[in-house]
Amino acid sequence: MPDGGNMKTTQMTMIQALRSAMDVMLERDNNVVLFGQDVGYFGGVFRCTEGLQKKYGKSRVFDSPISEGGIIGAAVGMGAYGLRPVVEIQFADYVYPGIDQIVSEAARLRFRSVNDFTCPMTMRMPCGGGIYGGQTHSQSPEAMFTQVCGIRTVMPSNPYDAKGLLIACIENDDPVIFLEPKRLYNGPFDGHHDKPVVPWSKHPKGEVPEGYYTVPLESAAIVRPGSEVTVIAYGTMVYVSQAAAEESGVDAEIIDLRSIWPLDLDTLVESVKKTGRCVIVHEATRTSGFGAELMALVQENCFYHLEAPIERVTGWDTPYPHAQEWDYFPVPARVATALKKTLQG
Amino acid sequence: MTAASPAREPLRLHVPEPTGRPGCETDFSYLHLSAAGSKRKPPINEVPAKTIDLAFALIRVLDDTGQAVGPWDPKVDAAFLKRGMRAMLKTRAFDARMLVAQRQKKTSFYMQCLGEEAIATAHWMALTPGDMCFPTYRQQGLLLANDEVPMVEMMCQLFSNRRDPMKGRQLPVMYSYKKHGFFSVSGNLATQVIQAVGWAMASAIKNDTKVASAWIGDGATAESDFHTALTFAHVYRAPVIINVVNNQWAISTFQAIAGGEGTTFAARGVGCGIASLRVDGNDFLAVYAASKWALERARSNHGPTLIEWVTYRAGAHSTSDDPTKYRPDNDAARFPLGDPVARLKQHMVALGIWSDAEHEALKKQVEGEVAAAQKEAESHGTLADGHVHPASEMFEDVYKDMPAHLKRQRAELGIG
Ligand SMILES: Cc1ncc(C[n+]2csc(CCOP(=O)(O)OP(=O)(O)O)c2C)c(N)n1
Ligand SMILES: [Mg+2]
Repeated sequence: MPDGGNMKTTQMTMIQALRSAMDVMLERDNNVVLFGQDVGYFGGVFRCTEGLQKKYGKSRVFDSPISEGGIIGAAVGMGAYGLRPVVEIQFADYVYPGIDQIVSEAARLRFRSVNDFTCPMTMRMPCGGGIYGGQTHSQSPEAMFTQVCGIRTVMPSNPYDAKGLLIACIENDDPVIFLEPKRLYNGPFDGHHDKPVVPWSKHPKGEVPEGYYTVPLESAAIVRPGSEVTVIAYGTMVYVSQAAAEESGVDAEIIDLRSIWPLDLDTLVESVKKTGRCVIVHEATRTSGFGAELMALVQENCFYHLEAPIERVTGWDTPYPHAQEWDYFPVPARVATALKKTLQG
Repeated sequence: MTAASPAREPLRLHVPEPTGRPGCETDFSYLHLSAAGSKRKPPINEVPAKTIDLAFALIRVLDDTGQAVGPWDPKVDAAFLKRGMRAMLKTRAFDARMLVAQRQKKTSFYMQCLGEEAIATAHWMALTPGDMCFPTYRQQGLLLANDEVPMVEMMCQLFSNRRDPMKGRQLPVMYSYKKHGFFSVSGNLATQVIQAVGWAMASAIKNDTKVASAWIGDGATAESDFHTALTFAHVYRAPVIINVVNNQWAISTFQAIAGGEGTTFAARGVGCGIASLRVDGNDFLAVYAASKWALERARSNHGPTLIEWVTYRAGAHSTSDDPTKYRPDNDAARFPLGDPVARLKQHMVALGIWSDAEHEALKKQVEGEVAAAQKEAESHGTLADGHVHPASEMFEDVYKDMPAHLKRQRAELGIG
């Protein structure tokens, strides 16, 4: 079944939805194994794997030493054996010791062995800011991964997509980087940090089917139809962009990429051709950020439909600061300014 | 190849477990303790492979009655012991107040070193000015043992306020104090260990006398940077001490998940050709004596030492952690090496140089100093009241001279 259909649904946070996805896949496929720092007995520092070791045993769900290179390298070996490892990197900011195993090994094993060996594996990692985490608990390194040929990079923005996409990633035969915007774990967040937190139970996308379903990869979602300008975003920036559209009164069409790379180009192109304007929003630093690639794609595919220069709103080209978090984080006001600017252009 | 033999049990995965969990008391016999005073003290030029006995034993000076015994007794005077006690009590008082400040949202985050105070403080007392520590987030004792480091400034860092020397850029506890021999703390585990080796190599290249002291937790020794550090330290006989603080836990994972089952972290060093000691980290005198030995060895061109400090993380990993979820509640109280403050106190009382009254008076005194420092630090603001460094600060120091693109971005944020 490609989607939830008329299956029984429950209110879930993003954490519960991710746990449910792993639960479903551990149940369906005994080649699925989970491991990472603190994921076994404790159930992960964000509690995403809570209860799964108890349910599936220590050979399927277990704690690993603190070694990201070890975790990812071991997953490559397990994938080559025929398992489908799902590993957790505690924070995306800590993936760097595992980069060689991702770039030189996981990403190219299929190509270099001409399909002799492959490593279907999913590397989950919380990303993004908004929690006063400072420079080592706030980064958005997606662009680094999109440059690596042979891996997929995915980022959900709500519990429904999180579960459906994670199942699709676990079933996918390529290595996948699965980025989880940690500020969205317990509720949508529109960038107004001084407002009370809205729980997922108050959001339609917090309604999640209990069983198996998938959200297809390489498919973007139009989360707000509009006519004046296309906003391309993903993760937390989907909500920031929605707030910016409401607050500025600009009739923006907001697209949630969901699969960052490979992506759903058709949806983007169709939208920009319709609106003639485009604003790209991401939390990551600007230079060589994924926005640069998106601008190039829009320009290559929609140039004769564009009525204004493409705008991008991003994190600044600095390490992620702690006390100045809300000056760094792209807030709705900054997105609103870009929306208005592109309408004037 | 040979055909597989038919009747064999299937393979199974071994995943280590601690002996204790919530509701089930820990059996600490896995620690393999040695009696105080029972282990030899080798000459400082000992051949690394010959330290193998000490890598599997436990060097201790203070016995259960508070007597200092055996060849590792550093034989320090009363004034020294009182300074040591003050450093530990000050560290404990500082941690206690900052935990409360975190609950009051004056700081976003805190990490205490409860139960581990002897290690950093006694080690600091063994160092020489000019030596450089490459700490983790749990070595505040290296700063608090040093009365030249103003507590007010440390607290301003924790409060991320206008006087924060890190200008609000860093998470609380990520201090940097070059002039006090304290390298900038990184959030990324283990990176500092190989850097310490490089710093020590530089000291050797420049024919200097300085020694580096690297710090890492039991859990983080699984990172490759630790193993790389051992190799470099051995190859170049670098004047470095590699301190592994084995406090039994890495967040929720027991030290066996880091590879401590059936072996020791000190044994890693011997395997790499590095002199290695396993030492009672809750024994102030043993910490001081072993640190002195390793520093003397390094400074005399005999190369690196790895020291595993056996201790217990008595508190939560950080203010974001709840250890009752994964380990028995009474673990710290049952830990066989006791509490470092209580053990040094017992020794000082036994020597006749200390009393309950003096102990309480010193506790009050350092608590007063900490409270006064907090009052002053808070007068400069906290993260909660928004008295933080301005947004323009985040564009500074990315490069030595700000490139044009950062000036443009700063202007885009509305700052000139
Ligand atoms: C590269 C990296 N991976 C993961 C983390 C997350 N993390 C922070 S502290 C910690 C546990 C470290 O335990 P240990 O080394 O034993 O030190 P302790 O906290 O006990 O002092 C983990 C997993 C990190 N900071 N850096
Ligand atoms: Mg530890």
